[in-house]
Amino acid sequence: MSLELINVWYIVAAALFIFGLKQLGSPATAVRGNLLSAVGMLIAIVVTLFSQGIMTYTWIMISMGVGAAIGWLAAQRVAMTSMPEMVALFNGSGGLASLLVGWAALYNVGNTSFTDITILLSILIGGVTFSGSIIAWAKLSEIMPSAAIVFGAQRIVNAAILVALIACGVLFCMDPAVDSPFLYAVIVLGLVFGVMVVIPIGGADMPVVISLLNSYSGLAACAAGFAIHNNILIVAGSLVGAAGIILTNIMCKAMNRSLGNVLFSGFGAIKTATKVEGEVKPITANDAFLILEAASSVTFVPGYGMAVAQAQHVVRELGELLERNGAEVSYAIHPVAGRMPGHMNVLLAEANVPYDQLVEMDDINPRINNIDVAVVIGANDVVNPAAREDENSPIYGMPIINVDHARTVFVLKRSMASGFSGVDNPLFFGENTRMLFGDAKQSISSVIAEFKR
Amino acid sequence: MEAVFLAFVLMLSIFLGFELISKVPATLHTPLMSGANAISGITVVGALGSAGAGLDGFATALGALAVVFATINVVGGYVVTDRMLSMFKKKVAPATGAKR
Repeated sequence: MSLELINVWYIVAAALFIFGLKQLGSPATAVRGNLLSAVGMLIAIVVTLFSQGIMTYTWIMISMGVGAAIGWLAAQRVAMTSMPEMVALFNGSGGLASLLVGWAALYNVGNTSFTDITILLSILIGGVTFSGSIIAWAKLSEIMPSAAIVFGAQRIVNAAILVALIACGVLFCMDPAVDSPFLYAVIVLGLVFGVMVVIPIGGADMPVVISLLNSYSGLAACAAGFAIHNNILIVAGSLVGAAGIILTNIMCKAMNRSLGNVLFSGFGAIKTATKVEGEVKPITANDAFLILEAASSVTFVPGYGMAVAQAQHVVRELGELLERNGAEVSYAIHPVAGRMPGHMNVLLAEANVPYDQLVEMDDINPRINNIDVAVVIGANDVVNPAAREDENSPIYGMPIINVDHARTVFVLKRSMASGFSGVDNPLFFGENTRMLFGDAKQSISSVIAEFKR
Repeated sequence: MEAVFLAFVLMLSIFLGFELISKVPATLHTPLMSGANAISGITVVGALGSAGAGLDGFATALGALAVVFATINVVGGYVVTDRMLSMFKKKVAPATGAKR
């Protein structure tokens, strides 16, 4: 196939990616959108296989077979609760691929110095994406501690790595040999930098990291596109890059923090919240049942704790019982609840909660005064009134779901330890708050048992 | 000149990306992210070029390895997105929903 014809097909593929992304924006068309973009990918791959530049197919077939088998198996087997880890791993493998493509592009003859720079960028961004994603994966799957790892000289070390990276990059570009020691230095430093960028970011900030790494994987593909002069890589890569940046921005806004603040300061390092003291009012499953039975509107507010307790199925069951009892049921989801953007929505969808019952923070807050019972399941920071009232709180200014304005609030909590960020939550001492202690899944099951009695 | 042309393509695609994504509801953030992630596996096209161009042994090995990882990204990304999206359901009728 001639180069012109291949590029025509690439245009078709790019159009399919664009339509696909567009249709991913609405629940009704999203499945088709994903399919369209997959067809675009298939077209891009097939026409590339027919290009004249490709002479041997043995290695291609073996490696595509291996990759497809691994990817398919992993995607089929992963549990919905482990989705953040899976996305991080896929991200990482895309980044690694871009690194390798850039590296291999050095062996092409007749590279200009502009091409050398983009090769270096693709190696660098690919490397950062890869090692950063691996760290994110390790944190999310709790192989390493999920809290922020901060040490005194962190900024100095990072700055030193950055300076060394730039120096090695310049030295490499002056003499771009495939066995240049500076090439290896850039690869290693890029990988180290990816680790350094992600370790200071703590558990509750993970949605930002995941979407940022997603953006990087697109930018890495984009840089690889410059390195091998391929339009489709540039178009698709920059679409993904832009999408990732937008998601990152939405996450940051939802926490009222700048990206720089998320990236460079460990959570809660600066301020200590005013300690709130008060009395918690525990409640039994039986009492909770009596209040819920009398309620005419109930909203569930899930957080990461719901994912940990795997409570999404019992929550849905309770929701259905309440609906049959005549109550209006909704699920209020904070943009940064969980460990990746939209984490809670996926879990509830898995449990068969229809998506029109999932409401966003801005929809529920104006009418929360009229909600009889707000049930908080494993969420803490996103419902902490200190974000509204306590100027000393590290999360001051973050928009929250105002569950304390509901008529009654149930907080399901394992025990009385404070949440992830270590801030005390005045919600627990609220006049209208009742604490239902114990494993979330078990607590809800016992309420359900009361309903069925 | 080619560099300028490529930069032109880059700029337009970034703007297009911003336009496309800015109005996606929060419900779909995860599938959107993993769907976009699958698209970033487009680097497989570059990897195919390196693996099959008959370059020297080491470059071919790099290319082949890149094909493996990019294909994991592409296939895994699309399959997992499809799995997630197929779970998103609109409310049918209250009675049928309860029986599942």
